[in-house]
Amino acid sequence: MAAEKHILAVLVEDHPGVLNRVVSLMRRRSFNIDSITVGYSEQPGVSRITIVLRGEPYEVEQVSKQLYKLMEVLKVTDLPERESVVHELMMVKVATKGASRAEIMQIVDIYQAKIVDATPTTLMIQAAGGEEKINALLAMLRPFGIRELVRTGPVAMTRGASGTQIKSHAIAAD
Amino acid sequence: MAVANPKELKSQNGNRTAERVIEVVEEARVLTGAQITCAALEAEGVTTAFGYPGGAVIPFYDAFPTANLHHILVRFEQWAAMAAAAYARVTGQVGVCIATSGPGATNLVTGLADAMLDSVPIVAITGQVIQPLIGRDAFQEVDIQGITLPVTKHNYAVQRIEDIAPTIKEAFHIARSGRPGPVLVDIPKNLFSERAAYSPVEFKGRRGYQPSLVPNMRQVRLAAEMINKAEKPLIMAGHGIMISGGEAEFHEFVEKTGMPVAFTLLGQGCFPESHPQALGLMGMHGHKHVNAALGECDLLVNIGARFDDRATGKIAGFAPKAKVVHVDIDPAEIGKNVRTDVPVVGDAREALKLMLEEVQPRQHSEWRGWIESQRNRVLEAALEDYPEWPEPYTIIKAIRKATNGEAIVTTDVGQHQMWTAQHYGFDYPNRWLTSGGLGTMGYGLPSAVGAKVGRPDLEVWTVVGDGGFQMSFNELATAAQEKLDINVAVINNGYLGMVRQWQDLFHSKNYSEVEILGPDFVKLAEAFGCTGIRVTKHEEIAPAIERARSINGPVVIDFVIEPEANVYPMVPPGASNSDMVHERFDQNEL
Repeated sequence: MAAEKHILAVLVEDHPGVLNRVVSLMRRRSFNIDSITVGYSEQPGVSRITIVLRGEPYEVEQVSKQLYKLMEVLKVTDLPERESVVHELMMVKVATKGASRAEIMQIVDIYQAKIVDATPTTLMIQAAGGEEKINALLAMLRPFGIRELVRTGPVAMTRGASGTQIKSHAIAAD
Repeated sequence: MAVANPKELKSQNGNRTAERVIEVVEEARVLTGAQITCAALEAEGVTTAFGYPGGAVIPFYDAFPTANLHHILVRFEQWAAMAAAAYARVTGQVGVCIATSGPGATNLVTGLADAMLDSVPIVAITGQVIQPLIGRDAFQEVDIQGITLPVTKHNYAVQRIEDIAPTIKEAFHIARSGRPGPVLVDIPKNLFSERAAYSPVEFKGRRGYQPSLVPNMRQVRLAAEMINKAEKPLIMAGHGIMISGGEAEFHEFVEKTGMPVAFTLLGQGCFPESHPQALGLMGMHGHKHVNAALGECDLLVNIGARFDDRATGKIAGFAPKAKVVHVDIDPAEIGKNVRTDVPVVGDAREALKLMLEEVQPRQHSEWRGWIESQRNRVLEAALEDYPEWPEPYTIIKAIRKATNGEAIVTTDVGQHQMWTAQHYGFDYPNRWLTSGGLGTMGYGLPSAVGAKVGRPDLEVWTVVGDGGFQMSFNELATAAQEKLDINVAVINNGYLGMVRQWQDLFHSKNYSEVEILGPDFVKLAEAFGCTGIRVTKHEEIAPAIERARSINGPVVIDFVIEPEANVYPMVPPGASNSDMVHERFDQNEL
């Protein structure tokens, strides 16, 4: 399926169960999501949810309109990917044996990642950045043996001085 | 803590000092959670609640005898929600239902889903187990907030006694504003017994909830332009016209534009069906000429309907030649099912007011003449002819004739519902109650109970099948206890008729599990202290209806009809509205 990737930034009231409402809505309406993350925003009492999903523009518009029907949802914006910084964080524990250790450290250096923990047999590597960079680093590390892997899924923000450039799905369809 | 305004109190209490008044009033206004809940309901103008007590709401019910509320004890919580919804639809107020935790709360779920799909404002109050036990699988504990998430407009789990009144305030606001819907408020048992100061609260608004009432003028002009240009325009009239209270504006709009009007199932009643521009029911069991008009129109103006699949049939074949104008208060409905050329987002009444200014007077006589020519004369002539036994459509027409079409008519779900929708001819708004979106069997009798409680001044009939009636006839006890003057017309064919019809038409007459044995409905009525009448011949129909009308109290008429009567015309499931079948047909022809 060649449906386009969309990144939705959803500002919500920080109430108990709000993530449940959002996820439940996605499931009920059969909207497929690639990833979803939630955390604080710049405003107290407001959380920011980042949803990555694929779909035709009218489908994404329907997602947005349905999200607006939730009382806790304050704003939904479809972030233009090219004008945004879209990053995720990965932590990966890689097995090391003798000479491989130096080789791994070299790779980590190339990708501007960081070693955040080490044992005689493993290295824990932390990397932040775009999905492609993370995937490429992971592909380089895989041959050494991945013990454990965690990725946050992307968070995103538009470039420029303010957030006003982000394209908002207007409620009134005009 | 809420503090009374000393200025107001002083003026009410003459020469007392403000300080003393506050003291006295504060003392007087320290209430239990149960009393606060009742006071908050009264503050919303609630006079009636449908409910069923149980463990977690015993302390809540403790406040009822001194509250200014008429509580109607139903026999099953699901019917409390349905009765509350019917009450809401006939009164225009928010309906209220009450249930205990666990099974009481889960029994409400179907009623909430029904109200959600039909956009009916109700507030459900449920008791929850005491707070220290929440999350421990306590006796009669369920996560009703989680369970009702997808079937409510919004729901709340109250955590503190001081949140009860503001939550109820907001719940009512959300239920009745914008696109109405059900709202659930779950209150833990211990909060009902706690005490706190109470004073009425104001709704402070909510950032994430701002329904758009007044449509964008540019869209209104675009819509009017299309209406003025169209040669074969057609209105699809939905429930939203009545929800917005825009019947008068709609009437004016219809007469000015000369457009013919097709009704959705829930739209019936928004405009008199006896008016020459009213065509009748559209969709799966719509009339032939109405669906023909849909197939031929060059502009479809949907006002306050959501393009339900029972109305549209196969989307690809729906109004294929038409541009589409869609007026809806819910922006998510625009483009959800049917591609829309001009969306008008706003309250139907507001939109009609603005469009009225922009549209030009038209007649469309030729177009309306063509639609008239598409009537199924053979079927209509056959309806004038009747056999010896009571035919369903003759029963429906006889009820209409006897009541002059002024009664509130509710139905259950199935064949009798479609016969009523086709043949009753609704002339008044909010007097036709049926479970449209969810299609909930059992809806008939409890909705009649709710309707009669809400509008005791109007005659109330419910038309039910022998299947659906067996799901909810326990509400005869409620009707008898409340001395409600309602009439139940059981269209009794000994089958789950609509399922049997589908099996007949689409499953090679394989009548799987549809034969249903019923009780003797006359004796059943008598057992409940009601009156029972049986009708087996055509000539008994009118006298039975007159007798039922003359009896003060619940009456059940058992109309024994031909077991295999079908509802025609019908659009086969998955087919286009233009591919209707008009009589018994060979399955191979499909």
